[in-house]
Order: sequence, then C-alpha cells, then structure tokens
Amino acid sequence: MKSLAITIESVHKAYGSYVALDDVSLDIQAGEFLTLLGPSGSGKTTLLMALAGFVRPDSGKLFLGDRDITRLPPNKRDIGIVFQNYALFPHMNVLANVAYPLVLRKVPRAEARQRALDTLARVKLDGLAERNVAALSGGQRQRVALARAIVFEPRVMLMDEPLSALDKNLRETMQYEIRRLHDHLRITTIYVTHDQREALIMSDRIAVMNSGRIQQIDTPQRIYDRPSTRFVAEFMGEANIVAPGSARRIDSAEASRETLMIRAESFHLDAKLVGGDGVALEGILRAKAFRGENWLLTLALDGGQEVLVCIPAALAGGCAELAAGQRMTAYAPAAKVHAIPGAMA
Amino acid sequence: MTVVRDPALAADARRERRFFLSLSLPALFIVGLAAILPILWIIRQSFLTTAGEYTVGNYQKVLSSGLTWSALVTTLELSLGTLAACILLGTPLALALASVRPRLANVLMAFVMLPLWTSILVRTYGWLVLLRRDGLINAALTGSGLTAEPLPLVYNFTGTLIGMVHYMLPLFLLPVYAAMRDIDPNLIRAAASMGATLRQVIRTVIMPLSAGGIFSGSIIVLIYAIGFFITPAVLGGGKVNPLSTRIERTLSTFQDWGSASVLGILLLVLMALIGVMLLAARRLVAQNTVEASHA
Repeated sequence: MKSLAITIESVHKAYGSYVALDDVSLDIQAGEFLTLLGPSGSGKTTLLMALAGFVRPDSGKLFLGDRDITRLPPNKRDIGIVFQNYALFPHMNVLANVAYPLVLRKVPRAEARQRALDTLARVKLDGLAERNVAALSGGQRQRVALARAIVFEPRVMLMDEPLSALDKNLRETMQYEIRRLHDHLRITTIYVTHDQREALIMSDRIAVMNSGRIQQIDTPQRIYDRPSTRFVAEFMGEANIVAPGSARRIDSAEASRETLMIRAESFHLDAKLVGGDGVALEGILRAKAFRGENWLLTLALDGGQEVLVCIPAALAGGCAELAAGQRMTAYAPAAKVHAIPGAMA
Repeated sequence: MTVVRDPALAADARRERRFFLSLSLPALFIVGLAAILPILWIIRQSFLTTAGEYTVGNYQKVLSSGLTWSALVTTLELSLGTLAACILLGTPLALALASVRPRLANVLMAFVMLPLWTSILVRTYGWLVLLRRDGLINAALTGSGLTAEPLPLVYNFTGTLIGMVHYMLPLFLLPVYAAMRDIDPNLIRAAASMGATLRQVIRTVIMPLSAGGIFSGSIIVLIYAIGFFITPAVLGGGKVNPLSTRIERTLSTFQDWGSASVLGILLLVLMALIGVMLLAARRLVAQNTVEASHA
C-alpha cells in the first residue's frame, strides 16, 4: 500500500460573509500523521470536508500525490473517512458495514468477507462480526468506523474528531491504538481535533488553526515550546504571556524587553533549581489550588498581571504552607522562556 | 438482598400509571362508539331480510353475482394502481424534497400540501374541467396538433386513477419524506467516501432506511383507496364501479341493506387481507436487506 502526499494550495471558502477558510495552504508528506487543531469554528472541519469532497472550495487547488482532485467527486477520491458520529449503517451488521466498500469495489464475496474479518481482528473486534451496530458500545462503534475506513486500503485517511464522543479513559486508549495502527499502516492521515493534548500525543506535526487560517505548522514539541503567535501559545495549554518589563533576568536583574511566553509548569520556586540563566517573576500570591499531581498558584505581578505557576506535587514541599497575600518569586529557566515574535502583550 | 417495598410508594406509582391510561378513555370511547358498534350492526344487517328475518340469502345473492366480483377486481385495480403510481411518483419526489435546502423544501412541501386543504369534491370536479373532451388538456393537445382527436381522459379508469393519485400523493409523501429527512447526512457522505455512486447510495443506504416510511405511506394509501367513493363516482362516469359505488347503488337504488352490508363486510375482509399481506411483505423485505447487506 503506497501512501500519497496531500497538497492544499490557497484554498478559500466563504459562507456568505463568514470566511471559513482564508487562503489555506498546507503540504502533508506521504505517510505523515498531521493534526488540524483549533477551536470550533476555526475551519478545521471545513478543510477536512473540502479534502473529502463534501465542501466545494470557492478557489484554490487540492492534490493527492500529483493528481488534482479539486473537482473530483467524493466517491472517486479513494479516501478513508472516520466521522465524528461514526456514521455506521444502522441497517447492516458489523461485518456488512466493514465489507461495504469492498462490495462496492466488486471484490468477490468470500474475499470481501475474509478481508472484513481480518480488518475487524486488526481493530480488536473479533467475534462481533454478526452483531447489530445498535448493540455496540461507543468504543466498539469507533473501532467499526475505523475498520470500515481502512479495509479498502485507501491511500489517505481523514478523521473528524473521532474520539470526542468517548469518555476520557477510552479516549486515551484509542489515541494510542489509532497511532499504533498508523505506525503499522503508514496511511497519510489528517486528524481533526480541538483537544490539544490529543494533538500533542498523536501527531507527527500539528497545524493550529484559528478563524479560517493556519497559525502555525510544526512538530508537537515546537508548537508547545515555541509558539509563533499568542493564540497558539494560549491554545496549547496553561501559558503565561508576560508583558515586556515584568520579568527580570536572574543573573543581571535586567528587565525583559520582549513579550515572553512561559508555561505554568516551567516555573520553580527555588532559584537553585533554575541556575543563573533564567528569569524571575515577583508578585503576591493570590490563590493556590491542589490538583493532585501538582499545585496551581496564581501570582499577581507588580504590574497587576496575573501569572499561573504550576509546581509538581513531588517538588512542592513548601506549597501547603504558602498563604495568600504573601510576597514570593517564581523562577523559570531560559530554555523554557520563549519570546513571541511581533506580539504585543 | 431483598428490599421491602414501601406500599405507599407503590400505590403512588400505580396511581400515576392509571392516570395516564385514563387519558386514552375518551378516544377509546369514540372508537368503540363510531367504529366497532356500526361494524357489529352491519354484520347483523347482513343476516337479515328486508322483513327482519334471519337469512343467509344476502350472502348467496351477493357472492354469486358477477357484478360483485368485477367490483372487487376494479377495487383492487384502482387501489394497487394508485399505490403503484404513488410509489413511482412519490418516492423520487420525497428524495428530491429531502435533499434540497430546508427552506426550499418547506416551500415545496407547502405546494404539495395545498391540495389537502381543498375539498375533495372541488378537486374532483376540477379534474373534470381539465380532463373533459373539450377540457383544458385536450384543447391544448389538439390545438397544438400533438393529437388529432381528443384523448379519452375522463369517465373511465384513467380519469379515476388520475383523480385518486392526486388525492393520495401528499398522504403517501409525508411519511416517506419524514423517513428520508431523518437519515443522517453523514451516512450518505460515508457511503460516497467509500466509493458509492449516487445510484448505489440510493439503493444501499437511502432506500433501505426509508423502507419504513414507504411502508407507512403504502398502508395509508391502501386504506384510503380501498373504500374511495367520490372520485370513481364522478370521474368514472358510471363505467368504473368498485365496491364503494356498488354499495351506494345497492342502497340508493334498491334500498337493499342486507346486500349492502355483505358488500361492506367484503370490503372489510379485503382491507384485513391486504393488511396481513403488507405486514408479511415488510418482514420479508426487512430480512432481505439484512441478507443482501451481508458480504
């Protein structure tokens, strides 16, 4: 099975005055697992549906490999899709659902049956082939949808928030399994989610979208540690955007001149753990909350800005004794302090 | 562990159930009064002579008459013809309505429903105006030279069928449209993404999932069509005589309540038979879709 690269070239889509996709361009390598991440209304699902052929762009081009598919009808695109609500056929049992794409391709009955059964085994649904889809749990439906999308060996796979209806534990299991399945099959995959943790865990690269535009495309680590915009920084977790002048260098006490992004969990309360190269933030403790694996402290800087400081419970010997209103300093190592280019706080 | 039920709570539950059941009483009362009693009365009538004595003569007379059997055949032809036309015209129409934008669908649906607000008598005579030898349709056909002679469109089976289909189509359309509207659009997208052409989507997804609606629509059409009276009486021109017009004639011309009652019972039996057949057909179809979908 050969995967194909996907190329999206300046795709634009508007619904009336609402711009869903604003000149979006994106290159996805063959075999890559790319996540479109963004809040609802950011255009990520519209982009996915444009690739699937269900949304017709106003302008722009879409390529699978070097084939232009912009005007190709959905049923000729050979793309496996997993829908948010699974979209299993209620009038067919599990086996018939999975064999459906093979039957359409005129695969002989016995072979279609065997391939469907093999694929069901691959997603750990052996023994449920004759089950009615209405009798399946959410997780099992998810697996049937997955099996149905890969059984015909598509060269590209699209997944539209496939795990959003599952409870937390099951979601984490499925994240791992989908990723493992991808490592095995290496089908080029575009995965849509609004859950940044999910995106970080699963992806080779993440494209963060907002208001119909791609804000940043990068590896999970770089998206998290080196966000290129304030939006990306704040969307990717507990980020503190520190205005120029609010932080000072530990070694020279020189005030910062840029807008800094510091993750809540990058802080230490002990300057020795940071060493000389880093920044210090001084302020008054406003609130503290114990969250099991860590403490979350809210620090009001002298400029009035509030900063979230997250201290792992294992390192937070003194946190329980801290009292609101107390003056304190939080330190972050230079490696964890990121200046946001061109951002105004 | 056994739990001792609190009798007071159980009594509350019983009272609640009884209250909701009691809500059906007015309807049950009317159905009993307006449907079951008359049927029992008709059954009694069918065994009485005009003088009021017990007899099976009415049955012998009606069942041995050729007119009865030709009326039965006409009833079946009209009903099944109407049903066939409704399925052939209504199913694609429902599909079209279900696939256009909701606002446009509402406008189109209003046009479909409009005839339902017009009296059946007005509509039937309206068709007479359109279908007559010198009516609008024949005038247009001969005037444009499409046909040399006016077509016989009314006072026959064709005219009756046109009138009946016009009446039944919206009744058929409603449940079918509702069933198709309820189909998750993602199912259609999923089928397309897996390679299904529009035709395959219709055959393997849309039709099986709207079978229930088509079935309901068919039952409604048949129930109306089997006893339909005004349209055959007006547009049939005396040449189309299903059981309904025969009952009317038996009563108005011969005042023969006994024979008319037998004909009425015949109609009832016919309805029950068709109902049973439809149920059997539905079970068969349901089985087939499951089997056909097996790879």
